[in-house]
Amino acid sequence: MAVKKFIVGSFDDEAVLFPAVKEVRKAGYKIHDVFTPFPIHGLDKAMGLRDTSLHTAGFIYGIMGTTTALGFITWALTTDWPLNFGGKPFFSLPAWIPIMFELTVLFSAVGMVLTFCYLCQVAPFVKKDHFNLRSTDDLFIMALGCTAKSNDEEMISFLQSVGAKDVTVEHKETEWWLGRYDKETKIFEKTKTELVA
Amino acid sequence: MGLLRYESQVRPPLVDGNKEYHQITEDICRPVESKPTKAWWIGFSISLVFLIFGAVSVTMEVVYGIGQWNLNKTIGWGWDITNFVWWIGIGHAGTLISAILLLFRQGWRTGVNRAAEAMTIFAVMCAGQFPIFHMGRVWDAFFTLPYPNTRGPLWVNFNSPLLWDVFAISTYFTVSLLFWYSGLIPDLATLRDRAKKKWRKLFYGITAFGWTGSTKHWQRHEALALVLAGLSTPLVLSVHTIVSFDFATSVVPGWHTTIFPPYFVAGAIFSGFAMVQTLLVITRKVLSLEQYITIEHIEVMNKVIILTGSIVGIAYLTELFMSWYGANAYEGFAFMENRLNLNSPYGWSYWIMMGCNVLSPQIFWSSKMRRNVTVTFFMSILVNIGMWFERFVIIVTSIYRDYLPSSWSTYYRPTIWEIGFYMGTFGLFFTCYFLFAKYFPVIALAEIKHILKRSGDNYKKKMDKLEGQESEGFAKEHAHDHGA
Repeated sequence: MAVKKFIVGSFDDEAVLFPAVKEVRKAGYKIHDVFTPFPIHGLDKAMGLRDTSLHTAGFIYGIMGTTTALGFITWALTTDWPLNFGGKPFFSLPAWIPIMFELTVLFSAVGMVLTFCYLCQVAPFVKKDHFNLRSTDDLFIMALGCTAKSNDEEMISFLQSVGAKDVTVEHKETEWWLGRYDKETKIFEKTKTELVA
Repeated sequence: MGLLRYESQVRPPLVDGNKEYHQITEDICRPVESKPTKAWWIGFSISLVFLIFGAVSVTMEVVYGIGQWNLNKTIGWGWDITNFVWWIGIGHAGTLISAILLLFRQGWRTGVNRAAEAMTIFAVMCAGQFPIFHMGRVWDAFFTLPYPNTRGPLWVNFNSPLLWDVFAISTYFTVSLLFWYSGLIPDLATLRDRAKKKWRKLFYGITAFGWTGSTKHWQRHEALALVLAGLSTPLVLSVHTIVSFDFATSVVPGWHTTIFPPYFVAGAIFSGFAMVQTLLVITRKVLSLEQYITIEHIEVMNKVIILTGSIVGIAYLTELFMSWYGANAYEGFAFMENRLNLNSPYGWSYWIMMGCNVLSPQIFWSSKMRRNVTVTFFMSILVNIGMWFERFVIIVTSIYRDYLPSSWSTYYRPTIWEIGFYMGTFGLFFTCYFLFAKYFPVIALAEIKHILKRSGDNYKKKMDKLEGQESEGFAKEHAHDHGA
């Protein structure tokens, strides 16, 4: 939980945003985040973010589903209560493949979505501070983190020079909290004033 | 221009009109943010009436037992399982559009995928009702789940196709729902950030899960969508394959065929696309989204309809050929007498099926017909009637004359409560669809914005100049670098 100070530039064209991200990083400023209305391929690379490992998690969940199905059916039909179905062997693997496959998909999909929600910290009733409401509509918002040494004026003019249409100084909470969007809900009012000052 | 991804001029634009990002948001959010129209209320009320009729019919069945339906000995599966397979089939197009076409990188899916996925979910909800209430003692429906019980524990039969169905359909429903909703989150965030009214801020605030559009989140979102598409692709094929196993693993003449899985999957895609057409032709008109769901989209889907319809036609002919070539007296009787013979009690249903599914889609060889909205709408209804009769033919004509001729005399007619149950699922389907079309964006906002600069009409026009350039010069100037 921390309210931090940001220099926020808004761009209206991703063709301007891309070189701007490169320029900003070259100049040594720290990009807190870039908020876009839709996924922009390659922006993560340009910002120097590493690849997500969500696929790997999905694979592991999938394997868990397969082994759960195989292990459980094997135990139920060969050890716990073997039943003779038309004289076929108790361990009749081909007939279990459909359920093994379905559980693989189910575990993988549910697991990945839950992991996604956990990693992105999204859930119902989660509230986060917005830098610009139009970042879900048509603007690309770049937020630069301020440090004790950074010079606001310099950062503002730099952002303008790389093509930002509008540059503002904002104090924003970086974490989420439980809240509703139809009314103002603040967390730790006291902490906030202390940190802003 | 570096980011303006090149797409051949041969491909028609997917977004018509002079659109920019903000205009897209406005166009797609407008129906959600305005008051429901009179037409909406009328449609919604009619759906609700159907839903209530269905609820009454189901209550009759639960209270007085399965005898309220005209099922009898030999015809143990009648309208209920026909309707189940029909709805499940319809529920295949959404995932096909969103998953398989994502993997094939078909840009046109973006205009129709959100509504098609919603339709999938509602269709699977309707389908699920039939086997559950067909059980008769619906309060014991949980017996199908492998839970530790006091009867041994006696486990369910994991070797049975009917149990595979339980797993396949519940998995399919869950995964489709997750796929659909994870795609919706960013669009709900758009609605939340535009909301003026208090209840809208509350509703979309909760449903958007606190989405911000951070680059890292988008990166994970894309990875999630891709892997879910990869998982859904074999899943969607497996579901109808497993439904076809319900028939194919039995020893009933007319069911006992290895062609069933591909034949059922093709039929499912066929009927699913027809239902997508029915809904989208109305939706684009009522919500004035003709610039997003264009004639091009309709034409492409009609091409899928003629392809899958012809696959289904070949499957019908193959079945007939095999019943003759196989020289099995029972198979031959099921096909030649019970189905093909127009004078047999159910011969008419076979020929309705042939006419609607095989002959009528051939009209789409003509591009003029493919691009005609009225013809498309009419055909989509016809195809769905044909596909309903396909399932009816498979089920009823195979079992109404079994191996014992003494039990042949009965002619199966549904009771009012069987019909009511079917009508009720229409009510459920359309009630859900009306609510969806009113309170959720029917077109994937973020995805349309994503393809705008490649496939938008006004952006494609700008590429005309580049088309004239020599290829080397063009490649040098507009090399596809991700701004690295």
